[in-house]
Amino acid sequence: MRNSASPRTLYDKIWDDHVVKTLDDGTSLLYIDRHLLHEVTSPQAFESLRAAGRPVRRPDATMAVADHNVPTSDRSQPVEDPQSRLQIETLEKNVKEFGVPYFPLRSRQQGIVHVVGPEQGVSLPGMTIVCGDSHTSTHGAFGSLAFGIGTSEVEHVLATQTLLQKRSKNMRVRVEGQVAPGVTAKDIMLSIIGHIGTAGGTGHVIEFAGSAIRSLDMAGRMTLCNMSIEAGARAGMVAPDEVTFAYVKGRPFAPKGEAFEQAVAYWKTLASDEGAHFDEEVVLDAADIAPSVTWGTSPEDVLPIDGIVPRPEEAADPARAERIRRTLAYMGLEAGQKIAGTPVDVVFIGSCTNSRIEDLRAAAMVLKGRKVADGVRAMVVPGSGLVRYAAEQEGLDKIFRDAGFEWREAGCSMCLGMNPDKLSAGQRSASTSNRNFEGRQGPDGRTHLCSPTMAAAAAVTGKLCDARDLLGDTLTEGAA
Amino acid sequence: MEKFTQLTSVAAPLPQENVDTDQIIPARFLKTIHRTGLGEHLFAGQRYDAEGKENPNFVLNKPAYRKAGILITLDNLGCGSSREHAPWALLDFGIRCVIAPSFADIFYNNCFKNGILPIRLPKEQCLALMEDAEQGANARFTVDLEAQEITRPDGAVISFEIDPFRRQVLLEGLDDVAQTMRHHEQAIKEFEARPSRAWVPSTQQPTGAQATIGSVAEGDKA
Repeated sequence: MRNSASPRTLYDKIWDDHVVKTLDDGTSLLYIDRHLLHEVTSPQAFESLRAAGRPVRRPDATMAVADHNVPTSDRSQPVEDPQSRLQIETLEKNVKEFGVPYFPLRSRQQGIVHVVGPEQGVSLPGMTIVCGDSHTSTHGAFGSLAFGIGTSEVEHVLATQTLLQKRSKNMRVRVEGQVAPGVTAKDIMLSIIGHIGTAGGTGHVIEFAGSAIRSLDMAGRMTLCNMSIEAGARAGMVAPDEVTFAYVKGRPFAPKGEAFEQAVAYWKTLASDEGAHFDEEVVLDAADIAPSVTWGTSPEDVLPIDGIVPRPEEAADPARAERIRRTLAYMGLEAGQKIAGTPVDVVFIGSCTNSRIEDLRAAAMVLKGRKVADGVRAMVVPGSGLVRYAAEQEGLDKIFRDAGFEWREAGCSMCLGMNPDKLSAGQRSASTSNRNFEGRQGPDGRTHLCSPTMAAAAAVTGKLCDARDLLGDTLTEGAA
Repeated sequence: MEKFTQLTSVAAPLPQENVDTDQIIPARFLKTIHRTGLGEHLFAGQRYDAEGKENPNFVLNKPAYRKAGILITLDNLGCGSSREHAPWALLDFGIRCVIAPSFADIFYNNCFKNGILPIRLPKEQCLALMEDAEQGANARFTVDLEAQEITRPDGAVISFEIDPFRRQVLLEGLDDVAQTMRHHEQAIKEFEARPSRAWVPSTQQPTGAQATIGSVAEGDKA
């Protein structure tokens, strides 16, 4: 397949460049350039390696950090929960025993694995990147093939640096034109998922393209690719371009000098060829995309902020009607009500979807000079220690604290409610995370997914609302 | 991994779409460093109330399905998180076969790695099997992987498709890692030696510069 004359997609090219061997049944043994590890999905894999007496084949292609289960409060104290502590200590023991590079909990480089990889230049264009976490799709923003794997596959990569994979189909989602001021990458992605559904990308790798995508910065592209899995896709990708190269240049683990120039020359060859075949193609007009929130318990349950909660009787089939009824009961919403004005108890700004410095800046723009509404608990959990530090250098922490936000240490936190940060039963959140599943942020918690801008606006008004009403003049100055 | 050849069991019907892995095993139970013991937390959110008492209406709490070896759902089973704790929890409960019109990719893969057979069937057939399963403890199904057939409680037979390689791995209970190391080591070595791969840097030490969004103090490195 290499140097094939027929036009190929970005995905085809990266795939072809990583095939070690194609087996008789069409399965390929795919080489993995980067393996990222965290504390929750790796202990059983290391346990099996140890039992079989196998080493980690390529520690120099591996990187570990604890994020899912770490407390985001005071880091000077030991981890209180004994099970969480054991999981983190187990990771520390494993990385030491197997010689895997690790960013310790108390280092400034620690953070959410999908924030840390790009930030450190560990994740680079043209690579195959895996991690025992579905949101590994984030790294596809660099024009890499990045996807989540289970623990058995983590073990397989640790031992062999390869995975047995079937080639996925190609899907292209083009967003053309320009989004309105105040509409963010999160709104674009929620709209895409609302459009194609949570199984819309199943069996496919999605390439995001079109002028609205090209004009996103790397943070926006990461938000987009991050939630590819919420559309059911194996991975999401954006072709690498000058925006990508400028981001990568100078990162601690990125190539330097001549090596960088050589790498860029290669990366420039990766964009999908003119005429390359896509099995599916979806085109959205950027101008149609409004600030969005979810109303239900599936990421496809998306509404523009001026939208109306669906009525079961208008559903296409009885199963769908039943799901709407069940969802309304769980979410404590009425059929046909406006989603705007729904009161929230908790606001969470964080997660691998939206915890980068750009996300914090966007939220701070809404919060500056304002206060969190009475009765609302608001927290911001930066994606990494470096994001937190950078925000403090810019004075963003002061804006958040003055508004009444808790200013936290880096980790996954309330996105999945593994650590002490969770919703209690019946509590409603506006959350910048990626999943609104039942119980995701805590048993019987109710999650409304939205952008950092929209979450900040919900914190200030105490209800879901259109952030553009608060941004006023700043919007015309080009804030997004 | 335990082989999967043939299974005879009752089937638990769960007529829901998008049964995600957070429902199968909520995140608060992922703090274990072992694969076993997750069965009691399977579907914890629906199976137990806030006090931890069983919800008698949830299918796995009904007497007929407490030992179900098969689970049938609607579309997109296993969407969401990549957590292999989901198949581990199913397995620990005793479920060795899951049937749905469609599956999320990662969950589908994870099933095979743990000796669980995921079967895709058209929605009408899934609904028909669920109807059979509703009959309770006397409605026993036989799933035969060798023959690629499901025998319904009334004796009717439905055949299913499955990837031949994955079928073989399940039938023999093969260890993927050992297989790859045995058969492909030379090819992996040759791949790693390709000159076109020279640009890929090491993760073991930075190539020089510091992270651009903030400087890192020496003391930060533990």
